Amino acid sequence: MNTTAIKDLIIKMADDELILGHRNSEWTGLGPVMEEDIAFSSMAQDKIGHALALYQILHEQLDGVDPDRFAFLRAEKDFRSSHLVEMPNGEYDFSLMRHFLFDHAEAVRYESLAASAFEPLKSLAFKIKGELKYHTLHANAWVMQLSNANEESHARMQQALDNTIALAAGIFEPSEKWESDLISYEIYPGEQILFQRWIERISPILEQASLRLPDLKTVTPVYGGRKGYHTIYLQPLLTEMGEVYNLDAEASW
Amino acid sequence: MYGGGYIYDEPNKRPLAEQLAEDPDKLAAFEARIAKGEKIEPGDWMPSEYRRQLIRLIEQHAHSEIIGALPEGTWITRAPGFKRKLALIAKVQDEIGHGQLLYNAAETLGKSREAMINDLLSGKSKYSNVFNYPAETWADVAVIGFLIDAAAIVNQVANAKGSYGPYCRALERICYEESFHLKQGHDAFIELATGTPAQKTMVQEALNRWWQPIMHFFGPPDKTSSHSEKLMQWKVKMASNDDMRNQFLDMYVPKIWELGLSLPDPLLRKNEAGKWEYTDPDWDEFFRVINGEGPCNEERLRVRKWAEENGRWVRKALMQPSDKKSFPVA
Repeated sequence: MNTTAIKDLIIKMADDELILGHRNSEWTGLGPVMEEDIAFSSMAQDKIGHALALYQILHEQLDGVDPDRFAFLRAEKDFRSSHLVEMPNGEYDFSLMRHFLFDHAEAVRYESLAASAFEPLKSLAFKIKGELKYHTLHANAWVMQLSNANEESHARMQQALDNTIALAAGIFEPSEKWESDLISYEIYPGEQILFQRWIERISPILEQASLRLPDLKTVTPVYGGRKGYHTIYLQPLLTEMGEVYNLDAEASW
Repeated sequence: MYGGGYIYDEPNKRPLAEQLAEDPDKLAAFEARIAKGEKIEPGDWMPSEYRRQLIRLIEQHAHSEIIGALPEGTWITRAPGFKRKLALIAKVQDEIGHGQLLYNAAETLGKSREAMINDLLSGKSKYSNVFNYPAETWADVAVIGFLIDAAAIVNQVANAKGSYGPYCRALERICYEESFHLKQGHDAFIELATGTPAQKTMVQEALNRWWQPIMHFFGPPDKTSSHSEKLMQWKVKMASNDDMRNQFLDMYVPKIWELGLSLPDPLLRKNEAGKWEYTDPDWDEFFRVINGEGPCNEERLRVRKWAEENGRWVRKALMQPSDKKSFPVA
């Protein structure tokens, strides 16, 4: 089994979780209703928890460094997060749409990883997919409620979808080097299949929400994150995240 | 966390006797129930002053929870390491949850959450004064998590024995969760106090900054508090400000000293009678800050207003039935 390929897969998944968890946590105290504050911080904890669990697999099974050091000290170019998760929260419409699109992508991914030939990923995926059920339920309920409520909220949600779809498609950026290895070793089914499953998953919900999925032929996925090319928003986020830890990375905090 | 012993009241020019005027039979029956230790429930008869005072108390407690989430919330994204980060998000999330519980409890007395939030934003209703101070460093987060939470627990454990059923039940759950908050605050505090010289300096400086707000936390000395006698008889207020302050000092000053840290009050000591003596904190500053002149009053309300204004379309959409509708495509 090609461990470099597996590491590559785990790092991109974990970095997405960490960065989106960071973004979701920024909603604490600022949500449109208190219940949403609580929901977003709860999901932030899950996402950061998933990132930690994945970094632990790297650390314990694949000779990686300690999760704190890996997350808090790494250079920006070594992150493999997608551009979608790096974007600032904006208003609630964008954050909600990102949550909807990302969490369904995540659900599809972990469901398939529950059959992975790499045992540590398989057992973690089994646990995580259970948690994601609640995240996608939450996203579906809010997307449907807001999209079907009134003209303003409908227009906002449609706009959010139009603005986010290319970024979300960027989650499925395949690895140029390792994709075929990962598929042939049955680590996971590959980005192309996950993308198709994701579209099948979100389409009927968007239809129920009276939202129009843009014609995918006109959508150019935003790639680059998986190769280390990031938005201008990632470096400031990482600087903030490491602000205290980097005062003294050898100290115990 | 965060009731605090001091609950702001608007100046009231009506004579006390008039404020308290009630049907004497009903009042006597009500006071007898409280004396027996019974809980008052939402549908029960209660003096209007009791209702007013409780709304004021619970509402300001609720505001303190959601405003209190802000100074710590800004450190979630900076928390050093996964352990601290996850604990802090969970903690701040709990605080918002406490706000929600408390708004619900206050709503049973007839004031809507929306009306309470509006009063918070207009400045008519206050919140615990400690949150008008900034959390400048990570050590401030540790001091807040340890000592402000500890102070709040002293206050809330007392209030949980009060007379109004919905408030007591909310507080029981809150105190249970707060005990975990105190543990995470204490743990972060000890880590710094026993850490590198730079970490020790950081926590000592934060302690120096927060000592006065902590001493203010329980409210002005008993000798200056107005009409708290009736509130204590009605079990709205369960312990005097000075008693709670003394209890807090007794429980926590030794813990701070044990760690080799100092407190910025040369007169602080426990006397032979077992009472704590201290330099009176600057009460003029306390009232200045409550009335809007603290370092962060404006910022806190600005953030809340942003949340209210930017979330308005969401709340409006929640009021609409969720049945699917069709919209013109073009």
